[in-house]
Amino acid sequence: MNEYPATQATAVSTIEQQTPPRKRKVKGGALRWWGEVGWKHVFALLFIAYCLLPLLYVLSASLNPGGTLTGSNDLFREFSLQNYAGLSGTNFWSWFWRSMYVSGVTSIGTVLMAASAAYAFSRFRFKGRRGGLAALMIIQMFPQMLAFVAIFLLLLGLREVFPFIGLGEPFGLIAVYLGGALGANTFLMYGFFNTIPQELDEAAKIDGATHAQVFWGIIMRLVSPILAVVALLSFVSSYGEFILARIVLQRPENYTLAVGLYEWASDERNAPWSLFAAGAVLAAIPIILLFMFLQKYIVSGLTAGGVKG
Amino acid sequence: MNDIKSQATTPQLSHARDLSRPGFYVKLALMALVNAFGVYGILASYAQEQWAILGVLVVTLIAADYIYFSKRAIPAKYLFPGLVFLIVYQLFVMGMTAYVAFTNYGDGHNDSKPAAVRQISLTSEVQGGESFPLTVIDRGGELGFAVVVDGEARFGTEEEALAPLDGATVENDRVVAVEDGEILGMPQIVERQEEVLGLRVPVSDEPEDGSLRTRNGTTATTSLPALKYDEATDTFTNAEGKLFRANSDQGVFVADDGEELSPGWRVVVGFDNFTQMFTDSRISSLFASSLGWTFAFAILSVFTTFALGLFLAVIFNDPRVKGRVIYRALFILPYAFPGFLAALVWRGMLNRQFGFVNQVLLDGNAINWLGDGNLAKLSIIMVNLWLGFPYMFLVCTGALQSIPGELTEAGMIDGAGPIKRFFNVTLPILMVSVAPLLIASFAFNFNNFSLIYMLTGGGPNYPGAPILVGETDILISMVYAISFEGGNRQYGLASALSIIIFVVVGFISWLGFRQTRKLEEIM
Repeated sequence: MNEYPATQATAVSTIEQQTPPRKRKVKGGALRWWGEVGWKHVFALLFIAYCLLPLLYVLSASLNPGGTLTGSNDLFREFSLQNYAGLSGTNFWSWFWRSMYVSGVTSIGTVLMAASAAYAFSRFRFKGRRGGLAALMIIQMFPQMLAFVAIFLLLLGLREVFPFIGLGEPFGLIAVYLGGALGANTFLMYGFFNTIPQELDEAAKIDGATHAQVFWGIIMRLVSPILAVVALLSFVSSYGEFILARIVLQRPENYTLAVGLYEWASDERNAPWSLFAAGAVLAAIPIILLFMFLQKYIVSGLTAGGVKG
Repeated sequence: MNDIKSQATTPQLSHARDLSRPGFYVKLALMALVNAFGVYGILASYAQEQWAILGVLVVTLIAADYIYFSKRAIPAKYLFPGLVFLIVYQLFVMGMTAYVAFTNYGDGHNDSKPAAVRQISLTSEVQGGESFPLTVIDRGGELGFAVVVDGEARFGTEEEALAPLDGATVENDRVVAVEDGEILGMPQIVERQEEVLGLRVPVSDEPEDGSLRTRNGTTATTSLPALKYDEATDTFTNAEGKLFRANSDQGVFVADDGEELSPGWRVVVGFDNFTQMFTDSRISSLFASSLGWTFAFAILSVFTTFALGLFLAVIFNDPRVKGRVIYRALFILPYAFPGFLAALVWRGMLNRQFGFVNQVLLDGNAINWLGDGNLAKLSIIMVNLWLGFPYMFLVCTGALQSIPGELTEAGMIDGAGPIKRFFNVTLPILMVSVAPLLIASFAFNFNNFSLIYMLTGGGPNYPGAPILVGETDILISMVYAISFEGGNRQYGLASALSIIIFVVVGFISWLGFRQTRKLEEIM
């Protein structure tokens, strides 16, 4: 959960802001053009092949009916949606919706908790505020998943008291993910909250607004871009989180996509490879869509340090 | 008007108990839910005798009620939910890791001492007591045995010792009908064979009286404990009179000749787990090679992805190259694809016999990409390069575009060539914004469990090693292997290893902060 510490917001401009290409006459003829520019096109094409190969491979395997690993090697030999239809006979859709549920609830919970903590740190002056900020700074250095053995033992004990947040329960996994909510995101939000002028909430308070009305009515609306970014980052990272999901969710019908698809792909003997491929394509779609939205924030450095898992 | 004025003078006024606002009722409903949850947990933990959980719940619940119904403590209202999760699932588990690292928690030392004593008494038994005709009964899903002892029908389950059974019909010393529960016929017994054969019903509350077991579902035999526990001397004695003394340093009953009883119990063993890692030659060599590979992997990952990303960023930061926007969009596609899926797809493509790489690209060569130690390491680096360069490319492109053109021009006027300009002007400026990201990337790859686990599973494994680890296991996947894979789970040793990772990660982060500040000073 701690994969995107807000180390600092690097001031880098977005791709959209780059200088428009200047028209310039190429001097020295074609040879020079090849030496300076042309080879870059060749390189780019070769490199794109490297980038796309695994993606095309998995797409082709997903369209190859009854394909094993060997059968998947002729790219786009056949075209059939049989594997996609075949997924409905498996646990896949249950994994898919569980992933959506776990990541969705985690992302909403993370946003609410991190935003309210950032509000407290940004707008109130209370005892222990500086200490609290410093403590969060230190805690966020240590990814929660390093303590996975203890998390396993804790949930083992919790199962006796609260079966629904104990070992084996998706809700238990959500609770674990929410434990990482403050450490990773409060700083990202805190900085952003500080840019909202304090006069706004003071004006509202003079008009009789309570602190809750200021929070929900003014601050949360003004910081909505950062809320979206944190929600999406949190969604993406819990969607792909593997180690905690693997030790917490124990029954195949309770798996998330990361655990379930791992089971399919690592089953060397009777691996349903084409089923895996179809599942992988479907599982990738939500993330690719989110990524398109996130990309401009990544480039602008808002998510500096966001190493995606 | 008066009202507004009075509020303006006390701007921190809270409305925590203002009944006229709808928000209050929303809060009331939420707090009712929280209290229901908390009270349920308190009762459940009381019933389970989980005193630690009970204590935490009581304190948390009181704090929650105070904070949300008090007119003071306004910041706490906003911090509390996040803090609860942070404390339980991050701080507490870190503390617990530290504690477990100093214990022998693991298979064979899973529970407290009384539980171990009970377990030893129950399992170390000899057959050959009396036999009874048996009836197996299902009472609401739980199985139990009904037998006739001295003409009286008695019933017991795993948890409850034999007790008189009311309302049972007895024929030929066998219970044939009961009021409560359902008698299992032979087909059902066969169907639930494992459950029936595994069931042990204590004859009485005293462990010495032994327990009832069955081998066929129709006759039960009493088994008596072969080891007798003496509470006063804290020893076990077996039939031959051999004495097993409790050793509270090791958490195990041990005889003079060194024979140990299983299971033992959890004790604090001090620095044993740490010394074992460094001095036990079988483990320390594994630890050393894994540590070396972890650093090599993290450094090479950062270096290769950064070098490739920077190279691409530099050559495509050239306005003369048409179609750069399309190139860029395609270059970052690997980044948009979820990392765990990419690792799994590559795993299939690198398969030795059937994989795409060997079959198509290498014309049927059977190169053992993931099964040979060095090739597996190479594969991991290559796959991580595919996964990681787009991020570096994005970051470097952004950073390059923010470097003012005058600096490069100044270099040009001073007569520096393009390579010299790049290394002496562009790169140092670039590093200011990128260095913290490189350190973050290092810290991330240092613990990149899912890539390693999904691609090679840590393999190829070292043959005959006491723990199930392989040549490509990094420290975090070694922790996983020690605690969850193989026959012998050693939570204590695994936690000790986690502590070492904590120290390394903490050091890297500290370095990161220092570096950030130092580079900013240069600017």
